Amino acid sequence: MSQTLDSCPESPDLVLDCLGRPCPVPVIELARAARGLAPGTVVEVRSDDPASLVDLPAFCRMRGHDYLGHVPREVGHALSVRLR
Amino acid sequence: MSVLLDAGAGRPMSPASREAWDAAQQDGWADPTRRYTAGRRARRLLDGALEALAAGLGARPDELTVAPTGCAALRWAVQGARAARPAADPTVVTSAVEHSCLLRATGDHVRAVAVDLVGRVDLPAYETALTPLPVLATLIAASHEVGTRQPVDAVAGLCTELGVPLLVDAGASLGHDPVPTCWSLLAADAASWGGPPVGLLAVRTGTRWRPPLPTPDPLDLPSLVAAAVGLQDALGRRADEAARQHALVARLRAGAAQVPDVEVVGDPEDRLPHVLTFSCLFVDGEVLAGELDRAGFAVGSGSACSADPDHEPGRPSHVLAAMGVLTQGNVRLSLHPGVTEADVEAFLAVLPDAVARARAAGGASDL
Repeated sequence: MSQTLDSCPESPDLVLDCLGRPCPVPVIELARAARGLAPGTVVEVRSDDPASLVDLPAFCRMRGHDYLGHVPREVGHALSVRLR
Repeated sequence: MSVLLDAGAGRPMSPASREAWDAAQQDGWADPTRRYTAGRRARRLLDGALEALAAGLGARPDELTVAPTGCAALRWAVQGARAARPAADPTVVTSAVEHSCLLRATGDHVRAVAVDLVGRVDLPAYETALTPLPVLATLIAASHEVGTRQPVDAVAGLCTELGVPLLVDAGASLGHDPVPTCWSLLAADAASWGGPPVGLLAVRTGTRWRPPLPTPDPLDLPSLVAAAVGLQDALGRRADEAARQHALVARLRAGAAQVPDVEVVGDPEDRLPHVLTFSCLFVDGEVLAGELDRAGFAVGSGSACSADPDHEPGRPSHVLAAMGVLTQGNVRLSLHPGVTEADVEAFLAVLPDAVARARAAGGASDL
């Protein structure tokens, strides 16, 4: 289940702008970015695809990353992930 | 010839239903309200069909209402419960994984109870949701998308204690699973057992419910006869066919789980015998459904990008979302008696390549 945050838990090390891009692009972009990043890195994904709110947490569960939650933005949401 | 693995969305009538439909066309063309010989023959056919359908649902003939579709049966159940108690709170308590027809019927006056990762409703949460008392409680007998069975009898116990009528949606399960027995209203769809798409709603005597029409519309006799004969035929074969399909789905679940980054969802054991859903990371569900179609298999999808009428365009399946499982690259399978072990093995043989091609199409081969 996804959780809503009042504010982002910490400032991200990297922001991925996936606005306007449908599923499965946001998850693909996150997985691609994760390959070159150290464990503990916090990535923020900006997405206006409703599927991202379900699929990013599910991706984190499948790959062992920490899903930190999401906050609504003017357009879409900012979803935060701490890489394992 | 393509192998149909999407029987829940529609399939050819079963041989028993088709034969009955043909025969009823020849013998039952007359208006059953007419007193001449052909009319009386149609009347007998109609009464026999309604009796058989009611018996198949575990109801009396006078408890049965025929609806144009399974979707309409769900809508009439909700509307009739509200119409019978116009002064009551119109809230309906339900689960988050009901059929979209039911959720559309309840509208905004609804308390939807959350489900766990396999899609089963949380019983204590359901009990909590029953206060303040709703006008109606509903629960799908087993999920039409992921197959997970719901604790219908336990919820029926809660509802009986509180005097809340319970609508059980057996639209996906009748003909496949044992017929639910604890309910105030029971909705079914003859298409689920290989009949024509006719909706049925059984309402227990004493339930506060108002029929949708003051005078029922004339009924389509051949469709009802086909539905009734098909139900008797399906119930007669049910135990053997359910065991066969349960084993085929177990094989499909194990085979799909072998494909890298695939999540097979729903309860692995306590489920409908014929339904299976899995999702593939980094895959567009509609692209994958197209790859499988080209390989000779017709499947459904609950991904946001699919054109499935069961969810809003651009949104993923509300069932998968409520469970919190992956929705991208989603493949939904529902079997029928015509699906063989060889079909299942052939599907599993093409699946890894189909997923790989769909991943390559999105530039995600290397993840």
